[in-house]
Amino acid sequence: MKDVRTIKLTVNGKALERSVETRVSLADFLRNDLRLTGTHLGCEHGVCGACTVLLEGKSVRACLMLAVQADGAAVRTVEGLGTPEKLNPLQRAMMEHHGLQCGFCTPGILMTLTEFLERRRGDVPPTQAEVREALSGNICRCTGYQTIVEAVMRVCSESDTKP
Amino acid sequence: MKAPPFKYHDPRSKDEALGLISTLEDPCVLAGGQSLMPMLNFRVLAPQHLIDLNRVTELAGVNCDAQVVRVGAMTRQCDLEDNEAVGRAAPLLHAALRHVGHRQTRNRGTIGGSLCHLDPAAELVAAAAALDATLIAEAKGSSRRIPIAEWSTGYLSNALRAGELLTAAEFPVWPEGHCYGFVEYARRSGDFAIVGVAALLALDANGAITGAAVAIGGCTPAPQRALTVEQALIGRKPTNAVFNDVARLASSIEAQSDAFVKADYRRHLARVLTERALSESTREDSR
Repeated sequence: MKDVRTIKLTVNGKALERSVETRVSLADFLRNDLRLTGTHLGCEHGVCGACTVLLEGKSVRACLMLAVQADGAAVRTVEGLGTPEKLNPLQRAMMEHHGLQCGFCTPGILMTLTEFLERRRGDVPPTQAEVREALSGNICRCTGYQTIVEAVMRVCSESDTKP
Repeated sequence: MKAPPFKYHDPRSKDEALGLISTLEDPCVLAGGQSLMPMLNFRVLAPQHLIDLNRVTELAGVNCDAQVVRVGAMTRQCDLEDNEAVGRAAPLLHAALRHVGHRQTRNRGTIGGSLCHLDPAAELVAAAAALDATLIAEAKGSSRRIPIAEWSTGYLSNALRAGELLTAAEFPVWPEGHCYGFVEYARRSGDFAIVGVAALLALDANGAITGAAVAIGGCTPAPQRALTVEQALIGRKPTNAVFNDVARLASSIEAQSDAFVKADYRRHLARVLTERALSESTREDSR
């Protein structure tokens, strides 16, 4: 028999109530139940980072969490950043610096970097090494990371566009 | 790659959790989920009941006094990493945490989860071994203290009995100004290491070594203390020549082979990384 719970959560600022089977991951819930397919699933065991979302402002692997565990929490996904017409500064910098090619890893990388930029204290730009450390949990097979690092350095050097 | 069906329980208190563990058949405890969720997704495990501790707030939290750092089992790795009092009282924990997974996994992963899962190369377990940690296991109406040396009972197996839950870990505080170092070798940053070494040194006023702890992880199911290395360090000065000399003793520790890495290579790494961990411990900014 299915074990089902009703959960209430906020996704990208919107309050929702849904019934969900308790074994369903947060990633599958976002993609299949809410049709927010920007969150990608690569490995489904916490290695690739493609499914990274923000839970109460902290980056987490959405494949390693149950949807029922997000009951009462605020979740942010890539759909909560900019829109295709109005990209946010990080997204724009990623585009301008060719920080993506196939784009599969990009949503996870954007969410990881969103937390990284929000955790930054003051206006001191991070070092390239710090950006690389922050990116270490997201696997990208296209870019070689250099262009992603350049995009982050660009965002951080434009103090008026701190996201 | 989807978790099998289970009955989900989310207790709100330690007592409620202990009640569930003692009464349910085939219970499985979910902490941060950074190891258990992959095992469920792979269907390595298919428990009837999943007891999620993430809403048991009383099991999370850090307390530091002059003698001991007490960490609740559900304390998240990121919270220990960001705790400045822990950085002063037990800086080895911070040094080890920097190698544990990535920020995304440390945001969910817990201290108790890592200690219970007992991956042979887990950094927190090696740090706990070097610090002579004590683990607090509670059952309904009882509690006992388990020394880290008696915690592992084999590969991925801990000393908890049926109905018991790890509720906290206590890490003794070393003297102020002690030396600490944690180094590891992994194929990729953030991976479980092939071998990792945690080192602690206490020095007297003349700069001679009065206390030493060296724990080597990754060679056997649980970290080993390099007792011959520790004994050889006592009374000597912390110089690179001494570290190079004593680290040779680390190459005689027990080591196992697996499909990827031979025992000989692990012993080689144990020697090299012991020397590096000791050198790292005496670098200027670690004191």
